[in-house]
Amino acid sequence: MFKVLDDNHEFDTQISFDGKDHLVPSNITVAAAALLIGVKSIRETPVTGAKRMPLCMMGVCYECLMKIDGVGNQRSCQTLVRQGMVIERQIGATEVEAGYYEA
Amino acid sequence: MVGAATAYGLAKQGQKVLVLDGEDLTLSASKANFGLVWVQGKGWDHAPYAQWCQIATNLWPELSDELKATQVDISYQRRGGFDFCINEQEWQERESMMSALWKNTDGMFEYEMLNHSKLKKMIPEISKSVIGASFSPQDGHVDPLALLQALCKAMQNLGVTYMGNCLVEAITPTHGEYVVKGAKGVFTAGKIVLCAGLANGQLGEQLGMNIPVVAERGQVLITERLKPFLKWPTLNVRQTAQGTVQIGDSHEDVGLNDGTTPEVLKQIAQRAVLMFPLLSSVHLVRAWGGLRILTPDGNPIYQQSTSNPGVFSVTCHSGVTLAAAHAGPLCDWILGDSYLPVIEQFSMDRFDV
Repeated sequence: MFKVLDDNHEFDTQISFDGKDHLVPSNITVAAAALLIGVKSIRETPVTGAKRMPLCMMGVCYECLMKIDGVGNQRSCQTLVRQGMVIERQIGATEVEAGYYEA
Repeated sequence: MVGAATAYGLAKQGQKVLVLDGEDLTLSASKANFGLVWVQGKGWDHAPYAQWCQIATNLWPELSDELKATQVDISYQRRGGFDFCINEQEWQERESMMSALWKNTDGMFEYEMLNHSKLKKMIPEISKSVIGASFSPQDGHVDPLALLQALCKAMQNLGVTYMGNCLVEAITPTHGEYVVKGAKGVFTAGKIVLCAGLANGQLGEQLGMNIPVVAERGQVLITERLKPFLKWPTLNVRQTAQGTVQIGDSHEDVGLNDGTTPEVLKQIAQRAVLMFPLLSSVHLVRAWGGLRILTPDGNPIYQQSTSNPGVFSVTCHSGVTLAAAHAGPLCDWILGDSYLPVIEQFSMDRFDV
């Protein structure tokens, strides 16, 4: 559905999205990459489990939360893709591990 | 919140009620509070307040059931609540406070002092820095914004007229009635109940009542939504039904400023992380300040004007906890029916030397 307007972009950055590898241009955001790849939803809400996609693309609405490199609830529209980045859909609320940080 | 609960209670008793509310940005503890339905610590130095909180929290399950008809989920829970101690001094002070509260309620207040190992069994996430806690099975919490919405809906279902954006400018006694001039018009009533929080001072003044109220700021941090990890509310950390964690309990005297400051938010965050180390990896999404409504001794003021009978002032800090009492026994007093004698203990006579 979405395509890159500028033909000069090189698809040189490898990211993993929900376990599948993709090549995307560098210097785009994770949210933009998700749209480019054509995913159907980037998260499921914590309360009702509704499927969501990025909305404002400027860091305000918090609709684009994803799990990036193991850290949940990241605003994917405010995060640039990076070589080897591991991106997962945010399913529900983030889990905090009990006792994990206790010395 | 106080006004909504009282209006709902009056409507339940068949009264014709008009509610005049302020604007969205009017300073209002209803829209900025911690959502605790709480008896721990309330009234340890004033027996009537302790007893009144017992009455309120025991009426709360009934109020919660009644509000189900509004279809608003207020997420009320009464599983008990904790207040942590991080050093021996806090523990000693808490223990004597709890036992004073127990005496003040003739043993109706239920509580337990838990040492670290007992506490850890109930809350495995707690850190070693917390040496113990007081626990009361009578404590609970609620979604305060949903509660306000539910009360507003419930009172309107009973025929109450609600008028928002209608700040009251003047109240004048005329021929045994009162004329209220508000932003949206002029209204007449036989009885007036002032539930305007911090504005009760200036409204009361117009009617010859000197109601001493001061603001105390509390700042709050809100985290991202997390999977449920904390089953019980605590005095400074609670996880809401939607998964966010609300962190707070600061006390500042800064007049009518409801903003936030990095210094205080830092202290709030540090204390929370000290208690729950797992919070150190959690994102914060919001911070806000709210103003508590305090009387000189921290206890509610329920007072009928002597010079203008039929004018009542209802002023308190615990609008959420006391909602069930305001929607019930307090209305008996306003209507002049037979009422609980404890209510008289909250008149302003106590401030006279």
